[in-house]
Amino acid sequence: MLGHKRFSCNHPSSTFFPLSRLFYRYRDLAPQLVPLDYTGQPDVRLPYELIGSMPELKDNPFRQRIAEVFSEDGEGNMTLDDFLDMFSVLSEMAPRDLKAYYAFKIYDFNNDDFLCKSDLEKTLNKLTRNELTEEEVRMVCDKVIDEADLDNDGRLSLEDFQHMIVRAPDFLSTFHIRI
Amino acid sequence: MPRKSDVVAKMEDVGIEIDGDLSDSDEDTNKRRGNRRPAAGRGGARGRSKKPDSEDEDDEEEAPRNRRGANKKKAANSHDSDEKSEDDAPKRRRGGAAKKKKGGKAQDSEDDTEEEKGNKKNKKGAPGKKGKEEDGKDKKGENKGKGKGNGKEDEKDKKKKKKNESSSDTDSNADSEEESMSEGEMERLKEEVEEKKKIIATMRNKPWRMKRRLVHLKECQAFVDKFEGALGKGKGKKFYAYKVMMTKVLMGLPYGSIPRKTVPRAEQATAQDYSVLMDFNIRGHTLISTPGKGHFITYYHFFLSQGYCKYSVLFYGYYNNQRTIGLLKFRLPLSYLMVGVGTFGYSLMVVIRTMAKNADVGGGDGDEGEFTFSWKMFTSWDYLIGNAETADNKYASITTSFKESIVDEQENQKDENIHLRRFLRVLANLMIICCLGGSGYLIFFVVKRSQEFANRDDLSWYEKNELELIMSLLGLVCPPLFETIAELEEYHPRIALKWQLGRIFALFLGNLYTFLFALFDEVNNKLEEEKSIRNASIWALKEYYANFTLHNNDSEATAPPIDPADVIRGPCWETAVGIEFVKLTVSDIQVTYLTILIGDFARAVIVRFLNYCWCWDLEATYPSYGEFDISGNVLGLVFNQGMIWMGAFYAPGLVGINVLRLLSSMYYQCWAVMATNVPHERVFKASKSNNFYMGLLLLILFLSLLPVVYTIMTLPPSFDCGPFSGKAKMFDVIMETIDLDLPAFLGTLFSYAANPGLIIPAVLLMVLAIYYLNSVSEAYQHANAELKKKMQMARDEEKNRRNNTESTDQVMKDLEDLLPNRSLLPPAPPPETNAGGKSAKVKPGTAGKDVKLQKDVSLSSPNPNNREVVTRPPAPRGPGPLPGNGPLGTGAGRGRGRGQPPPRR
Repeated sequence: MLGHKRFSCNHPSSTFFPLSRLFYRYRDLAPQLVPLDYTGQPDVRLPYELIGSMPELKDNPFRQRIAEVFSEDGEGNMTLDDFLDMFSVLSEMAPRDLKAYYAFKIYDFNNDDFLCKSDLEKTLNKLTRNELTEEEVRMVCDKVIDEADLDNDGRLSLEDFQHMIVRAPDFLSTFHIRI
Repeated sequence: MPRKSDVVAKMEDVGIEIDGDLSDSDEDTNKRRGNRRPAAGRGGARGRSKKPDSEDEDDEEEAPRNRRGANKKKAANSHDSDEKSEDDAPKRRRGGAAKKKKGGKAQDSEDDTEEEKGNKKNKKGAPGKKGKEEDGKDKKGENKGKGKGNGKEDEKDKKKKKKNESSSDTDSNADSEEESMSEGEMERLKEEVEEKKKIIATMRNKPWRMKRRLVHLKECQAFVDKFEGALGKGKGKKFYAYKVMMTKVLMGLPYGSIPRKTVPRAEQATAQDYSVLMDFNIRGHTLISTPGKGHFITYYHFFLSQGYCKYSVLFYGYYNNQRTIGLLKFRLPLSYLMVGVGTFGYSLMVVIRTMAKNADVGGGDGDEGEFTFSWKMFTSWDYLIGNAETADNKYASITTSFKESIVDEQENQKDENIHLRRFLRVLANLMIICCLGGSGYLIFFVVKRSQEFANRDDLSWYEKNELELIMSLLGLVCPPLFETIAELEEYHPRIALKWQLGRIFALFLGNLYTFLFALFDEVNNKLEEEKSIRNASIWALKEYYANFTLHNNDSEATAPPIDPADVIRGPCWETAVGIEFVKLTVSDIQVTYLTILIGDFARAVIVRFLNYCWCWDLEATYPSYGEFDISGNVLGLVFNQGMIWMGAFYAPGLVGINVLRLLSSMYYQCWAVMATNVPHERVFKASKSNNFYMGLLLLILFLSLLPVVYTIMTLPPSFDCGPFSGKAKMFDVIMETIDLDLPAFLGTLFSYAANPGLIIPAVLLMVLAIYYLNSVSEAYQHANAELKKKMQMARDEEKNRRNNTESTDQVMKDLEDLLPNRSLLPPAPPPETNAGGKSAKVKPGTAGKDVKLQKDVSLSSPNPNNREVVTRPPAPRGPGPLPGNGPLGTGAGRGRGRGQPPPRR
């Protein structure tokens, strides 16, 4: 039978997106690698180069981080499950808290569970393609920490981040990929 | 991942006792079924009591990875012997119970081994299961722990329950058990089914890996499927589905019917159809027969002012004053008035409701200043962008917006050379006011001139269409002029945009109003003219009858009615006004379309293809492509809508024309944007919520309401055309209806209601209510600001306190520094081989999972006792330094975070 039978209707995230389409998207990335039959749960991983070249991701400055966060090996190589994970979180239907949590992870470049200044600087430089001067970058990062850091430890914890992001009017509409 | 070996290791951990003590195995499996992690903990505890020499080692093995084990340890210290006896006692009892149930201990143990296998299988396939168990079985685990200390009877029950539960996992021997379920068990089972269902429902809100979700889901669903049927709930499913469907249908009905109601002038559907036809006729003719635009306009003008359109359903004059039509007594004049006024009422309501909703959504506007930079940083990238060009633009726009905010921030601190800037701003405003006045005068002048032209016949097409052309040209030329002047002011771009929009709006509105006043001038002239025509027509009619009787010499015979085409007609000023509005709308459409065609499309073609043979880069530098001006277009829509509101009373067909225009312009502009435009270099929203534009819409609605209501209330309608002909005022229709069609008491009621003595107090009351609500909202705002200030103060205080302690208490600070550092280091080789081995295997990438697991814990129930056995190598490490589980769970095995140092003994 076709592979997507496995997650036909009872899939935990079946309400987020059309699964079979996602599966074919995944398969189209590397038809020679991904089998149609997933009943045997083959251990297939697509390398980051393939994932990152998807049209949905290729222009995203955070594509590498997204792939890393959602891949099980932390290096951007994705199994089908990881792939589904990624698009379920980034789908329109995913709840705000879940999105906020993953957004936090995406922006946490050094994986230390806090957004510290270096994370913020990286984020900012990716967003502006290094067009701000160092002075400006420092100032913006200081401002961000000043605004959002509730416990004053000089870095943003998950709580700080969530507190800030749930109030953002554009978060839900921007942190979302249609596939 | 070497999960298999894992499991084996675990089995060894747990299974020592099983092998050693077969009669004990029942309990062990129970534990495993209920909550896998505690099993090890308890095993450890028991192991301690049995093998005192290995106690220490066991302890430390379990400490880092098993909170429950740690807990148990504490309990065990005091209740060690206690526990043992308790452990033994229920065993015996359970043995009895089991015998009763299954008829033999042999079977029991067989059972157990089967379950054992099932467990093994589960563990193999379900790496995440342990973590998941937290959710559904947390409480149970807790209960279990307590139950031990509590009644034995209780414990027995629980064990039974666990058995049931386990059978769901293993699917091995549930049937025999189900038969003998008691009432209480049923209850518990039901609860559990509910719980599982809840887990399934909330699963997608959990930040788990897909694999884990799948496994957990399957498990839960298997359980639910199995036991829902047993509980007799499965049968209800169909009925439930039916019910849901029915409610959906029922709920859906009114919902689906709303859009149809939103078309405000339902009676005018025919009018719209007809106008569609006419419009297409015009287009078809002209596009085929005429090469130039000038000719087109002439033709069109001819068609409109002298042709058939004037007497078509498009305009006011088409409708007659027959009081009731047909069998159903459709009251045309009344409905004409009601629809005209009702449209305004409905539009007002919709606009105000939308504004209120926007204000509600933007209720966090108070926060706006709080997170400017954070939001810019974390929400400005649109993940939907999948196009390199768009991405480039987005980068540019984000960079500018950051720069903007930085400049803002800097400007907050300093402000210099304020005098020059003030002077420039005043100058700019002066120039713009001059422009506005000039354009107003120009329009006034043109309207006056067109009135002169109206008496002549030898007009060129320019003279005929002067007014519309001038207005469109002004709309075309002035906005860029304003933009240039606004450069002087050096406002913040967002403020500048608002000024710009406000000015364009003022220009449009000024033009419209000038036009309107000039029109009213004309209307007054026509009213004068009408009087004489009226006399003339009455005289003509009398003469006709006199002639008729004179010629026929037969006083008995009545004169045949005059052919309507022969009657002397009045000027019908309403239709004239309607024609002006239609002309304005149509010329507006033409100008818009031509602007797009020439200004955008031709420009794009030139830039694109001439670029191959040009001295400089056309695309990148000077002409480049046209930018799509969002705010200008929105403003155009708003203005257009105002024109429709104003004109619809005199020319009902205008609505149809506008619908057509909007439909076609949507596709046309969409094409133009995609094909020829580039996005604005600097995108600015005029405001966070769209209330800025809605406010403009409301203003223009109000302003277009005024002239219409003025005419309805004061001007006498034309005597020979339109639904109100023959009445002194338009609203007399209502009086007439009240007098003739409604019962008498309603008439008196209305007369009371219209009494100034009643109206003035009502207005007074409303004013008071507005005042009251206003002051209440102000008070709330004040309180809000106060609270915000308090929060800020608390934050600052905290900060200060922190700084102070840091500066004064050096020793403490050193200590504090020391602690997190220690936990931040890669874990020192601990005495326990297991934990050390584990942390050594941690890959850098798995650090992310660390976070995940913590999140799990904080998302699910806060039970701190849920810890997994750490025998599995790299996968999710135990919860980290989240505040919720800081004091309990930080162990030596976890390398990162700033938890407390591991408890060492």
